[in-house]
Amino acid sequence: MENLIALLVAAPLLGAAVLLCGGRRLDRAGHWLGTVLAAASFVVGVVLFADMLGKGAEDRALHQHLFSWIPVEGFQADIAFQLDQLSMTFVLLITGVGTLIHIYSIGYMEHDERRRRFFGYLNLFLAAMLILVIADNYLLLYVGWEGVGLASYLLIGFWQHKPSAASAAKKAFLVNRVGDMGLSIAIMLMFTTFGTFAFGPVLESTGETSEGKLTAIGLMLLLAACGKSAQVPLQSWLGDAMEGPTPVSALIHAATMVTAGVYLIVRSGAIFNGAPDAQLVVAIVGAVTLIFGAIVGCAKDDIKKALAGSTMSQIGYMILAAGLGPIGYIFAIMHLVTHGFFKAGLFLGAGSVMHGMNDEVDMRKYGGLRKYMPVTFITFGLGYLAIIGFPGLSGFFSKDKIIEAAFAKGGTEGWILGSVALLGAAITAFYMTRVMLMTFFGEKRWQPDAEGHEPHPHESPKSMTIPMIVLAVGSVFAGGFFAIGDRFVNWLEPVTGYEHGHSPLSVATVTGATVVALVIGVGIAWAMYGRKPVPVLAPRGSLLTRAARRDLLQDDFNHVVLVRGGEHLTRSLVYVDHSLVDGVVNGTAASVGGLSGRLRKLQNGYARSYAVSMFGGAAVVIAATLLMRAV
Amino acid sequence: MSATAVHSLWTTASGVTSAAPGDRFTAPTIEYAQLAPVLIIVGAAVLGVLAEAFVPRKARYHTQLLLTVVALAAAFAAVVALAAGGYGTTKAQIAAMGAIAIDGPTLFLQGTILLVSVVSVFTFAERRLDPTAHGNRVDSFAAQAGTVPGSESEKAAVRAGFTTTEVFPLVLFSVAGMLVFPAANDLLTLFIALEVFSLPLYLLCAVARRKRLMSQEAAVKYFLLGAFSSAFLLFGIALLYGYAGSLSYATIANVVDGSVLEIDPALAGTMGNDALLLIGGAMILTGLLFKVGAVPFHMWTPDVYQGAPTPVTGFMAAATKVAAFGALLRLLYVVLPGLTWDLRPVLWAVAIITMLGGAVVAITQTDIKRLLAYSSIAHAGFILAGVIATSPEGVSSVLFYLGAYSFVTVGAFAVVTLVRDAGGEATHLSKWAGLGRRSPLVAAVFAVFLLAFAGIPLTSGFSGKFAVFKAAAESGAGALVVVGVISSAIAAFFYIRVIVLMFFSEPKADGPTVAVPSPLTMTTIAVGVAVTLVLGLAPQYFLDLAGQAGVFVR
Repeated sequence: MENLIALLVAAPLLGAAVLLCGGRRLDRAGHWLGTVLAAASFVVGVVLFADMLGKGAEDRALHQHLFSWIPVEGFQADIAFQLDQLSMTFVLLITGVGTLIHIYSIGYMEHDERRRRFFGYLNLFLAAMLILVIADNYLLLYVGWEGVGLASYLLIGFWQHKPSAASAAKKAFLVNRVGDMGLSIAIMLMFTTFGTFAFGPVLESTGETSEGKLTAIGLMLLLAACGKSAQVPLQSWLGDAMEGPTPVSALIHAATMVTAGVYLIVRSGAIFNGAPDAQLVVAIVGAVTLIFGAIVGCAKDDIKKALAGSTMSQIGYMILAAGLGPIGYIFAIMHLVTHGFFKAGLFLGAGSVMHGMNDEVDMRKYGGLRKYMPVTFITFGLGYLAIIGFPGLSGFFSKDKIIEAAFAKGGTEGWILGSVALLGAAITAFYMTRVMLMTFFGEKRWQPDAEGHEPHPHESPKSMTIPMIVLAVGSVFAGGFFAIGDRFVNWLEPVTGYEHGHSPLSVATVTGATVVALVIGVGIAWAMYGRKPVPVLAPRGSLLTRAARRDLLQDDFNHVVLVRGGEHLTRSLVYVDHSLVDGVVNGTAASVGGLSGRLRKLQNGYARSYAVSMFGGAAVVIAATLLMRAV
Repeated sequence: MSATAVHSLWTTASGVTSAAPGDRFTAPTIEYAQLAPVLIIVGAAVLGVLAEAFVPRKARYHTQLLLTVVALAAAFAAVVALAAGGYGTTKAQIAAMGAIAIDGPTLFLQGTILLVSVVSVFTFAERRLDPTAHGNRVDSFAAQAGTVPGSESEKAAVRAGFTTTEVFPLVLFSVAGMLVFPAANDLLTLFIALEVFSLPLYLLCAVARRKRLMSQEAAVKYFLLGAFSSAFLLFGIALLYGYAGSLSYATIANVVDGSVLEIDPALAGTMGNDALLLIGGAMILTGLLFKVGAVPFHMWTPDVYQGAPTPVTGFMAAATKVAAFGALLRLLYVVLPGLTWDLRPVLWAVAIITMLGGAVVAITQTDIKRLLAYSSIAHAGFILAGVIATSPEGVSSVLFYLGAYSFVTVGAFAVVTLVRDAGGEATHLSKWAGLGRRSPLVAAVFAVFLLAFAGIPLTSGFSGKFAVFKAAAESGAGALVVVGVISSAIAAFFYIRVIVLMFFSEPKADGPTVAVPSPLTMTTIAVGVAVTLVLGLAPQYFLDLAGQAGVFVR
């Protein structure tokens, strides 16, 4: 059975290779090939999953050693896979949602000339993401980590003819490099500390390692997670990443890749358990981002950017949960999976709306679409209810557990983190209701596009609606299925460990408070966008709104601190290089050249002066030899 | 230790009786098999002289070429057979009554010299580069060396289609001397070998077909300065004889380290006098440093390299260096190990100024042959760094370096013969501008050689330099290695500059053309490139070979 693991990666990798190298001949069938191979990977995943279910909890983990990558004395890097319950969860999410989005893209990208290439990149992404989650060591994980970064870069910039897309891709790549540096430093630290970077030996020997080292490794891992998962302070790229085609936003920048940071932290749980300080920083980063993203989401009029803010915020929840330690790891993953369903569904819904509205993204130019796009409306609506945590739907179960766990952290920290999580729930309800109302309700505010075409909203083709329906079903039922009877906890506990937290508040109190927060959020949104008509031109707004529209000034901050600072640093280095370094180099060259010119004159062509040189040389040699003995 | 032992010898000299005077003459025993490489070459050289006398003029060229190549190949086969027979390692011995040492370094160096000579002889025999003169194919050598340049008799010789086929036996005599030079195990043999290989070289330098005056001037300078250096060597030999009472390396070594206590009554006044030892040693050293072209005994090199016919330059630059360094190694390792500490500072200084001097002065050269001459001086410095290491690794690294360097050199000079204009070879660097655009292959090959000279990885130059510097560093000569690396950096400048000139400059309108050579020169160049790349990419086998060959017999 374990020999199947490599197939998971091999199928999409083959697809990427064939589609990207195959050339135009494949233009007509390429998208089918890509979709079939993604589905094949999903089927392999399901087969492995069924096999895993048939085994006892303790021996479910599978290993496959492909080959030794860098076999050097004292440095052993292997291409080897490990499929345990945690990896399995991700494999199913990635291949499942991935396949749906492949299908959706067939319709969505129908008129794009470069559709084959698009599917090649999607397959490349799947392969890299799978490597990331089934690697059995940090080095191979890093390969996948960089691979998804590459695929993300290629897909954000897929419409490279748009300067905004090209620069968004570069921004995503550059910001991610900062995080990647964190991961590579963490791996180096691991190697010097443990002498290996395989998960097993590293995570088992954390007990014998000093807390300081674990804290350093943990903080570097957190830096990596911040980059990939768009957490403060490396969050700035995610909003711009919405320049990519919408299926990409759904798959990579909502459901899967951006959750890689959560995976990394949960996978490295043993390290964070041994480093409480690092763990606390994780929780704080999560809490800050969860509010940060939510506020940004409130102010955006671009539907995809509003959803991007929401993604940031929801991943903040997951990171917060992961920072709570064993009481939170499983809920982080659970929210990750349910989020994968409803956020992918929401993005696909947004894509469907854009598809019908001449690619318009400004929600102020939507309105009243529910009658024209019923399937989109219903599936989007179910995703909406799931994300705000409507009782009984997926988001309710997973988010509620995180809020409970945050309170259960105990002490002042617990109260603060819990309250923040609760506040976040209210804001989530507000901004999602706003999106819903502006898009599907109210009167039509449609505007002709730049070329003067009036929008004629219509329902999208089947290839697009079916994936949306499937994801909507997941958004409704997944949470309940996981939470009832602690199914998910029992499933993951052998891998991540689990402690039942003891909240100072009763479960009923927390649930009640969550529902109250939800009602308040929805109520305010209704008051602002439901009762009153929405202006087509955005009002000036309060200071906070204006700041939030500019992503809470994150780019301005980066510009002032990093860009300006970097420019000054570079300029001064260039100055030093020109004046000092070049001066020394050129000066040396000039003096050597001058010396050469002068020495050359000794070579005057007269045998007599050559003989004198020899004679002098011999005299010196003899004298020096004698002198050495005398000394 | 030596000082006190010698001192006691000095004071007790008068009380020692001499060896019995009635020694009878006994016929020397000669190990012909072990001396076969030398004997084959000398025999072929004599045959070559006879061929000059008796073979018709038309057939001489082919006869001589065949004879020379066959002799060199046969001698190489003999060397290989000896090495395979264990004479390089377990059966290493002193042959010919103590005159010749047959051991690892000898066989390795003899093999190198023979191989290099074969490919050099191919360039000697090249007759397609110059346009035909009066219907006769001509090579790089004067029609008749004895004619006065520009005279009627010269013109007549050219018209008659004469060629100087004597160069082949001359090369063979020279090779014979070079084979003996690193194998010499007494000072007299050393001196004779030196003269045997030097005198034909002086002649060869003088017989260029074009720029004959310059060629003759070079030969005269080389001869004068060579004679001067021979004088130093000879005087050094005399002093050492006075010191040790013997010319044999082994005996001298024993006297130096004090294990011989008998004193020859005839030399009672001088034997054991350390002043003689030090002065004599330094003078012999001077003679050898002249041959390797170390600063400040290097000044003949640029003039001679430039003036000599280019095939001769290639041969001389490669083979002489191998032979001379071989002799220098043996002298330092076998005869004077007891003087290591006395000679080391001097050798250090010589190595440093040789490396730096060669590299620095090369920067301002404008003639490709002079440039390569200074480059060879810098390389002599690098090799000296390995010689100074005084360790088995030092010996083997020098052996390896010599092998690698000699093929690069022969190849590079062979390329120089190809780039020609109306006046013959176009050696001025400005004429090489843009060569890469016109003749990319030739320029690329030359670039490979230049990169090897510069010691860029994946070429033999890097492997060799690495081995030498490593040996030097391990023996505590770290400072020397630092200087070596600095001068390598300086040297890289002018090597790369030539590459830049060839590939990134606009070709000149009246620039030179690249002549298409016969398969002979092509073989030389191809072998040069192949050896350069093989020793650069997979040097281990040859490093091991040099490692096994790195032990001198005593």
